[in-house]
Amino acid sequence: MLHAVLSAATEGGETHSPVIPEFYDILWSSVCFVIILIFFWKYVLPRVQKMLDERGEAIEGNIAKADEAQRKAEAALEQYTAQLADARAEAGAIRETAREDGKKIVAEAKDAAVSEAARVTASAQAQIEAERQSALVSLRSEVGTIAIDLASGVIGESLTDDQKAQAVVDRFLADLEASEKAAAGETK
Amino acid sequence: MFVVARAELHAPKQEIALLANALNLLVPMSTNDGEFHGPSIDEFFPGALLFEDTAFEINRIMLVRFVAVAALLLVFWLGTRHLRVVPGRFQSLIEMGLDLVRVNIAEDLLGKKDGRRFLPILTTMFFMILFMNITGVIPFLNIAGTSVIGVPLVLAIVAYITFIYAGVKKSPKNFFKNSLFPSGVPWPVYIIVTPIELISTFIIRPITLTLRLMMNMIVGHLLLVLFFAATQFFVFSLGGWWTLVGAGTFAFGLAFTLFEILVAVLQAYVFALLTAVYIQLAVAEEH
Repeated sequence: MLHAVLSAATEGGETHSPVIPEFYDILWSSVCFVIILIFFWKYVLPRVQKMLDERGEAIEGNIAKADEAQRKAEAALEQYTAQLADARAEAGAIRETAREDGKKIVAEAKDAAVSEAARVTASAQAQIEAERQSALVSLRSEVGTIAIDLASGVIGESLTDDQKAQAVVDRFLADLEASEKAAAGETK
Repeated sequence: MFVVARAELHAPKQEIALLANALNLLVPMSTNDGEFHGPSIDEFFPGALLFEDTAFEINRIMLVRFVAVAALLLVFWLGTRHLRVVPGRFQSLIEMGLDLVRVNIAEDLLGKKDGRRFLPILTTMFFMILFMNITGVIPFLNIAGTSVIGVPLVLAIVAYITFIYAGVKKSPKNFFKNSLFPSGVPWPVYIIVTPIELISTFIIRPITLTLRLMMNMIVGHLLLVLFFAATQFFVFSLGGWWTLVGAGTFAFGLAFTLFEILVAVLQAYVFALLTAVYIQLAVAEEH
């Protein structure tokens, strides 16, 4: 029936059947197909595939990068916190040591001052004592001489006898000391 | 879309009947009235422009095909010249088209590995058919490059060779066993089933692929010509109140132009999808 219709449709002219291929038709169709096939096969699809691979890698790379950054940030935070804690502990320790040192220094200074004062006092006393001794000795000899001179004058005779003179002086001084002591004992 | 494709598997007879009906309608019209020039099958056999009566004859439809091929090469060359990881608008569009074949046809049916193997063939089929179909509704071209048997036939032969190659390469024994002796059938039934399977697999498949595509394009073109020729006839030859009828036929023509765009995409999809299905059946272990 199809053929009847088709031949009717093309009545008069050459008979063409749409299902019978002409050779040139097949030829040009094949040429078109081969051109497009090669174009897609060798040019378009490899490029697209490459781009898709790159895109996949880029997405994976970015995710990995983000993970890495996250991990680094966390590590940095941890390190920072640890350092902060260390620093705090260290600062505390330093403060404590400083306090101890301060205390020690103050104590040492105090000791030094005390011993210095004691030393100064002791040396002063020693000096005073020495002065006093020397004063006492010189005084004693001078007072003896004066007293003998005086006594010589008073009694008119020279106490030239050293032995006698010395005894007199000593007695005098002893008396003097005794009276001084007595006076001191009264005033106390 | 897949459901449509499945229905299309068994539709060639309908299409032939449809074509016959369409032509039956047209025959009296084209011979009836001197003024009304209805469409005829001769439109698909225009006179030669170059190399007449040689193996390299070029007529208008061959030129239309060359234009379609040139457009295809240009679009995809421009679209994939500077591919970026972050696509622009045009690249997104190109990628969408390529992904339709790559993901929805090749990888869905054949899996990643086989999908990649047969992707060049499937992509070529889809876009070659799409670009040659769409010329049917492009002004001044106005005829589908696939409406002459050459392209559908060549592509069907490619599909035929491809699925047989795929099956034989994978395992000749399995391929012929699955194709001719489907499992789960008691053996006496093979007496009937095997010839049927033989015919349906190795003879009917390429024929249906060819005819489905070609007939769709022929009928689409004839319908468009019919509607617009009728509009021309009613508005300019008859005039008067007939103009209203002409407006009606023009509206139909417009509607069918849009429909033809859908058909152009659908037929390209169906052809590539069926090829993928045939390959998938050929490489399947068991079905």
